[in-house]
Amino acid sequence: MNTSKLKKIAISESGFIFDPSTGISYNSNEMAITIINLLNKDRSEEEIIAKIMEEYEVTHDAIRRDLEYFLTQLKNLHLVS
Amino acid sequence: MSIDLSKLECTVAVTGLKTGDNPQPGTPVIRCLRDAGFKGRIVALVYDTLEAGIFVEDLADDIFVMPYPSGGSEVFLQRLDYILSQVKIDVIIPTLDSEIINYIRLEKVLNDRGIKFFLPTEEQFQARDKTRLNRMFDELGIGVPKSFFCTDAQELYNIAATITFPFFIKGKLYEAYEVYSLDDAFDIFGKLKAKWGLPVIVQQKVYGDEFNIALVGDGEGGMLGMIPQRKLIITDKGKGFGGVVVDNPELKEFAEKVIKTLKWRGPAELEVIQNATGEIFIIEINPRFPAWIRLSAGAGQNLPAIDLMMALGLPVEPMTEYETGTIFIRHSEDIISHINKFGTISSLKELHNKEVK
Repeated sequence: MNTSKLKKIAISESGFIFDPSTGISYNSNEMAITIINLLNKDRSEEEIIAKIMEEYEVTHDAIRRDLEYFLTQLKNLHLVS
Repeated sequence: MSIDLSKLECTVAVTGLKTGDNPQPGTPVIRCLRDAGFKGRIVALVYDTLEAGIFVEDLADDIFVMPYPSGGSEVFLQRLDYILSQVKIDVIIPTLDSEIINYIRLEKVLNDRGIKFFLPTEEQFQARDKTRLNRMFDELGIGVPKSFFCTDAQELYNIAATITFPFFIKGKLYEAYEVYSLDDAFDIFGKLKAKWGLPVIVQQKVYGDEFNIALVGDGEGGMLGMIPQRKLIITDKGKGFGGVVVDNPELKEFAEKVIKTLKWRGPAELEVIQNATGEIFIIEINPRFPAWIRLSAGAGQNLPAIDLMMALGLPVEPMTEYETGTIFIRHSEDIISHINKFGTISSLKELHNKEVK
């Protein structure tokens, strides 16, 4: 997965995301920021799932489903490819 | 690096002080000069006695009503000579599309009167005209939406058969409307023809992210400064009432290519669209600062201050850095003044907020 664009976005602690190349901004939650930070460290999907399961009481299937949905959103927003 | 105008002793005239729903750039240009510490005299040249900037405290030191550009150069010079008998003017920064060409053509005459400015040549000015942009840039590989010049209804009918709805119909000088049907197209064509004359421009809509770039060209193919922004708030008239400064290397490269091609001298605003595949199209090149120009000073590149320095022939280092994420939000508020002020400008066609020596 190409995350070069994701690495350039600015994320505030409140979850506000600003893409400096397009000027578009988004609101996100704590989980989204966690995932983006892990993607920016070039972690694989399995590594991200494992990390989230360490911190939250969720099943592997549930987090995989949510992660896939979130990655699709990032792709649609052209933040990853 | 910011420009400091605090030691500059000169008088600057700026045109266009409307600040309503379709604001003119004059007021923000003056604000930029003051932001750079300029303490010299500012003369506002207006066309309408109810331009809101006239009534803003501490904006212009003198205000003069000017004849409309369509009145011709003789009337303009008569009025200018009267103004010069009242106050000295060293530099004029014109900000309205319709007046720029007159200033360009009168450059020598104005220079002889001691007035300078930093504007494009007539050749550069004509090259960016909506009616020529398509031809010139297409050949140079600079993206321009498919455009047609239309002089009658039959032609419009034929053009509409070759492109897809929606498309834009644009006046020769001002105004653009998106149309979704042939009925709309004929209606808008008639209105724009009556208002701005022929040809009327028909332009295919390009889908993508819209950006505006304010800049000052050095006249030799380079840029002295450039601020790109994305509109955050767009009014029903299509005016940006809020925007954010972006950092997009592709936009910068595109602007550099356009300005190098034109060898543009002076202020300009590029209106561009970047589609989903990253391709950039030029929609318009305005030969003046935009109404949102104060954002340039806020982001660290005071473009009107650069323009003033260049007009005076002072050295300017090209600016390349700016603060991405700087935003502007335009607000409107009521200015409290007195009818006497309106009375003075209406009857005398001039108003002085500072003593005339």
